[in-house]
Amino acid sequence: MRGMVAFTLRGAGHAVTEAENGLLALDVARGGAFDLVLADVNMPVMDGISMVRELRAMDAYRGVPILMLTTESHTEKKMEGKAAGATGWLVKPFDPEQLLATVKRVLG
Amino acid sequence: MSAVDLSQFHKTFFDESREGLDAMEAALLALDAGSADTELVHTIFRAAHSIKGGAATFGFTDVAAFTHVAESLLEEVRSGRRPVDAELTELLLRSVDCLRVMLDRSSSGQPVVDAASEDLRAELVRLVSGATAAVATPVTSAAANVTGWEIVFTALPHLLQTGNDPLRLFRELQQLGRLEVVRAFIVDAAPERLAEVDPTACYLGWVLHLHGNVARADVDAVFDWLDGDCELVIHPLAEPPVATVAGVLAAAEGSPSPLPLPLQRRRATDTAAGSKPESAAVSVEGSSIRVGIDKIDALINMMGELVITQSMLSEIGETFQPSQLTRLREGLVQLERNTRELQESVMRIRMLPIGSIFNRFPRLVHDLERKLGKRVKLELHGEHTELDKTVLEKIGDPLVHLVRNAIDHGLESPERRRAAGKSETGTLRLDAYHEGSNIVVQISDDGAGLNREAIIAKALHSGLINASQELGDADVAELIFQPGFSTAAAATDLSGRGVGMDVVRRNVRDLGGSVGVRSVSGKGSTFTIALPLTLAIIDGLVTAVGDERYIVPLISIVESLRLRSDSVRRIAGGGEVFHFRDAYLPILRLHQAFACADAVTDIERGIVVVVEEDGRRVGLLVDDLLGQQQAVVKSLEAHYRRVQGVSGATILSDGSVALIVDVGGVVRLGRPCKAA
Repeated sequence: MRGMVAFTLRGAGHAVTEAENGLLALDVARGGAFDLVLADVNMPVMDGISMVRELRAMDAYRGVPILMLTTESHTEKKMEGKAAGATGWLVKPFDPEQLLATVKRVLG
Repeated sequence: MSAVDLSQFHKTFFDESREGLDAMEAALLALDAGSADTELVHTIFRAAHSIKGGAATFGFTDVAAFTHVAESLLEEVRSGRRPVDAELTELLLRSVDCLRVMLDRSSSGQPVVDAASEDLRAELVRLVSGATAAVATPVTSAAANVTGWEIVFTALPHLLQTGNDPLRLFRELQQLGRLEVVRAFIVDAAPERLAEVDPTACYLGWVLHLHGNVARADVDAVFDWLDGDCELVIHPLAEPPVATVAGVLAAAEGSPSPLPLPLQRRRATDTAAGSKPESAAVSVEGSSIRVGIDKIDALINMMGELVITQSMLSEIGETFQPSQLTRLREGLVQLERNTRELQESVMRIRMLPIGSIFNRFPRLVHDLERKLGKRVKLELHGEHTELDKTVLEKIGDPLVHLVRNAIDHGLESPERRRAAGKSETGTLRLDAYHEGSNIVVQISDDGAGLNREAIIAKALHSGLINASQELGDADVAELIFQPGFSTAAAATDLSGRGVGMDVVRRNVRDLGGSVGVRSVSGKGSTFTIALPLTLAIIDGLVTAVGDERYIVPLISIVESLRLRSDSVRRIAGGGEVFHFRDAYLPILRLHQAFACADAVTDIERGIVVVVEEDGRRVGLLVDDLLGQQQAVVKSLEAHYRRVQGVSGATILSDGSVALIVDVGGVVRLGRPCKAA
């Protein structure tokens, strides 16, 4: 999943940094400035929702778009993600075109 | 996000259109009854108009074209160019029916137009006067209707903190059509003093006009991430603004200008000044489930309580010491109460007002009056009484049948009523009310009452009874519910639709209810349907019979008592009866009926539970009463097969399975048993 997302985005000319889980992603986020964060809801160690909450608490990420990757059946997860501060979501499964369209939608 | 699934919006369109048709129908019937209320005409017109608009938007051009003609006719009525007469309302009522069919066909993807609908359309076209005879084609009506959308978009302060940028939204909207930012405003919640302004908060709102033939769904899709982050009011540009605060505010502040205006602060007073009476939305009750906000609030409240209890219990659990046993018990009691309350709140969500069924009847009565040459005044009472959704869906047909019957067989013709010294107009009254844990629905008429002689003759003819039988009034009334009893000879095409009263009774019984009739000759009949509040949960008395546990529904229980053996009589045929409140009731030994081993057989040692169904009583002999419990009914048929005398199974608090006694079935089974 992560590989597919990273591959697609790199292919479209974006610079991508990957992280294994929410906790590592927070370290990565602290170490650099990103225009967009994609977070799967289900991640080991720290899930996407907790990660979004932590990110939003950091000054540098208060206004940065964060997209949650979630499955259709989890509407409550979407709402939870929103409550944590996510910008929007991308419903799995999605194809590369959908991913790029959504990223374009956020980044302009 | 170009590939938006429009079908999810189709459902909303169909639901809303059906609601609109219901509103049209109700208003037409009120007009037909002689009401001169101009608001009724407006209601009808608005309903037709929004159906046309919606149909055009979603590409149901046939529906749009048909509604367009009806709308043109209504426009003439609205502007006073055409008087309302019986012919017109009749034609419009038929149009409503036709549109219902067309919508059903559209939703199932069938061809929409047929000869009947074309004939009706032609009839409408003929009626629409002179110059308008050249009916606009659906395509132009669609284009004329959707010229764009007015979007009043008010950001909530935290909008920017979710990473959503209004500029991004504007950019996306611009891709759909020509976007015009009519006005931007500061929201009321904004701080008065600059020092108090939070730089990361957003205090702005915008009035936007999106021009072009843009589907509403596309507009909604742009905002789909912002649920809870903004207030949004969207309505078509061609329409007058709806009476929402934001819409009114937008309208109240003068004509829109094409360039961004200086920021204006919204004032609460504008709301009052700007409200326009004619734009008040019509509210209609509908087919989709709508849950009152109070029910949701109650749920959320209950959920909060449950969370508190849970955290208290887990705190005790972490450092448990025997001295805390009392607290643990208290916590568990609280948990039980929370769970029960939560369960009740959840069940209440399934409850819908019976009005949605009652609303069918004015039309039915109207049609029957015409067809049968009778005059009927319909009275509806208790429309707000709530019923479980499943019950509601299934009770419709039996009620329709009873209403047809009442008008067809019950109420007399005006001549006969006059001859009997009654007013020419008969009264049909529908009531719904709570009684204990039942919902009671009554259909009463002031007609001739049941025709005793005709019923007996018919029953003799169908072999249900023999000539020597003595029949009381209650027995005669009971006959009409028997399978095989059909008034086919006397049936018109209205009531004799192959559905007899036995089917009505069976349907009601399937819902766990009962139906009965009281009739006074010359004064009228009353059919009474009693239904359980909800299907899924019953209050029951847990009884022991041998090693088995049986649950007797609490609503059926009259009394429980211990009998002395000398108060029990044997009667011819070997049955047992006992004296109870001036009557002799048969005793049914549950251990015999259900073949339980090791049960108490001595009547003095067991307990007799007196149960009642349809006015008939039986004493059930059980070993012991174990207590009262709410039982979640599980279907036995789904897992095993149907068993006479058992309505289902449930799981007791100790995890074992208990069967639920079907009192009606047991009473019918209730021939007195031989003493063991």
